[in-house]
Amino acid sequence: MAHHDDYAHTSAGASPALLNDSRLDAATLIDYYRQMVLIRRFEEKCQEMYTKAKIGGFLHLYIGEEATAVGAIAALRPQDHIFTHYRDHGHAIARGLDINALMAELFGKVTGCSKGLGGSMHFADVSKNFWGGYAIVGSHLPLAVGAALGMKMQRKDSVVMAFFGDGATNGGEFYESLNFAQLWKLPVIFVCENNLYAMGTPLEVHSSVTELYRKACAFGMTSERVDGNDVLVMREAALRAVEHARSGKGPVLLEAMTYRFRGHSAQDTQKYRTKEDIERHRRNDPIARFRALLLNEGIATEQQLRDIDRMIDDQVEAAVRFADESPEPGHEWITQAGVYAAPIAVDPPIHGE
Amino acid sequence: MPVITVREALRQALHEAMQDERVFIIGEDIGHYGSTYGVTAGFLEQYGPERIRDAPIAESGIVGIAIGAAMVGMRPIAEIMSVNFSLLAFDMLFNHAAKIYAMFGGQMTVPMVLRTTNGWTQLSATHSQSFDVYFAHMPGLKVVAPATPYDMKGMLKAAIEDPDPVVFIEHTLMYTVKGEVPEESYTVPLGKARLAREGRDITVVTYSRMVHLSQQAADILARDGIEVEIVDLRTLRPLDMSVALESFKKTNRAVVVTEDWQSFGTSAEIAARLYEYGFDYLDAPIARVNFREVPMPYSKNLELQTVVTVDRIVQAIRKTLS
Repeated sequence: MAHHDDYAHTSAGASPALLNDSRLDAATLIDYYRQMVLIRRFEEKCQEMYTKAKIGGFLHLYIGEEATAVGAIAALRPQDHIFTHYRDHGHAIARGLDINALMAELFGKVTGCSKGLGGSMHFADVSKNFWGGYAIVGSHLPLAVGAALGMKMQRKDSVVMAFFGDGATNGGEFYESLNFAQLWKLPVIFVCENNLYAMGTPLEVHSSVTELYRKACAFGMTSERVDGNDVLVMREAALRAVEHARSGKGPVLLEAMTYRFRGHSAQDTQKYRTKEDIERHRRNDPIARFRALLLNEGIATEQQLRDIDRMIDDQVEAAVRFADESPEPGHEWITQAGVYAAPIAVDPPIHGE
Repeated sequence: MPVITVREALRQALHEAMQDERVFIIGEDIGHYGSTYGVTAGFLEQYGPERIRDAPIAESGIVGIAIGAAMVGMRPIAEIMSVNFSLLAFDMLFNHAAKIYAMFGGQMTVPMVLRTTNGWTQLSATHSQSFDVYFAHMPGLKVVAPATPYDMKGMLKAAIEDPDPVVFIEHTLMYTVKGEVPEESYTVPLGKARLAREGRDITVVTYSRMVHLSQQAADILARDGIEVEIVDLRTLRPLDMSVALESFKKTNRAVVVTEDWQSFGTSAEIAARLYEYGFDYLDAPIARVNFREVPMPYSKNLELQTVVTVDRIVQAIRKTLS
């Protein structure tokens, strides 16, 4: 793993310079901090609620990767589109989905963002052009390309951002999607979140090429490897990619180097890595790094950040209450009317409906 | 009324659909090559490469792109040249097209059509299959397989206008079948079976190309005074059994003819519903005529022993009546 650790360390410290170049105001910078902390606290609460059996199924936490979602999505406009994978909590929060609706979704309630039908892996909110989390690895990439084709054919200048993991870069859909997108010069930003493990299989064990951004060269596609644990570096790279895609030059592949502090899912015993591995990566915690930057550069005070932390704690507690008190989805969701936009009645009817 | 082929009927439906700017066609060899079965021949020249999209040979990508484009407001028609290649796109169809409406709580629709074709003619095991039952098994998809030029045109139009994903199954041996088709625009509703032939002695329940073979079998039996009633299901999901059951209650005997393997095939579901809802009217076991359960052989002689023939339908009807 030394090779990947080196990358993270060498790129650490890029932020102070960017801070001046990007000309972001203090409020915006502090908001990135708020988003990242919100993702983390929300997910820590998810873990707690999972242990209490308030949340069922699989629970894949994004903790440790927050800067990638927040930085990348900060480069988008509301009219741009997002498709993501099953580890989708961070992207949903960074896109501004209501955390009450997200917690309610996890609780299987009808007030959930997907009416309690989707669960953790299938957050969506069309009003935010957040087209969903998809739980078959890599299979949402053609959908993202299709949405980008739709934008191009409708003469809109919206771009599509597609998130996926390092494990997804070995499947056929990844290659089909990159080829289609580059062939037709479609406005897609492929954001590979390289957290060094395909579920529990290390990068070196699952991919013949471990610098994943190089896989774009087969398609003549622009690509870049960036420090996904630095929110400002991530944002700058995403802005470059978005500009490239929006100007009609075609897609970009970004490889965001990051690390998942928790297991693949709540059930993961993490036999594939040591506690020391995780501790070493924790020194590169995206939130701690950004917090230190804000304090060191005098952008925020300790008190300001503590106030934000406290506000988020309250917000997360309120989301749990909201989810707890919400009603469950009704029987109509398991009739044909829940399955089809235009159900067709037949005789004899299905389930006697 | 003009008499035209299935191919021409499909072309008319597609030409009409192309008047809607949201509609585009994506598939392999639909443009430059001139279209494998001639359905979209000339479309590239008429509508241009943006709307007649020759795709790489990447079925998963083709169907996935159609789904994504449909989600953001387009009306894509994806063509999979042969149903045999659709296996490569099953994840897209089953995990995405069929699920997106329900799984995200009804916030998005996938108004796309997947056109594909069954068929065989000495193409051996991997190129002579029918997966009707796989498509029809999946809640969230609508699955249609019309038999006549009239229904081909009207149901393809209805499929394109439908807000849900529709699998539209054609047949390579039906493109030259002729029938009356009005020149004007019309739709034939999805999910409605039809009576293809009236008769009082026995009911044949079938769909797609098997409707035509069943008609030939009925012609032969008519010489012996046997009247065969034929029900064309037209849509497999949702399955409208009302016409078949009405007929069965009159004839009390039925043969189910489908061009797929028998075990767990479409005929199993159709026969099960006849038993379930028509038990009190049953005078004889329901017979089934299907492919022999082997990978399709190349040898012409063996192939003809494997597929459904008019003769096998005639025999099954005689046995059920005896």
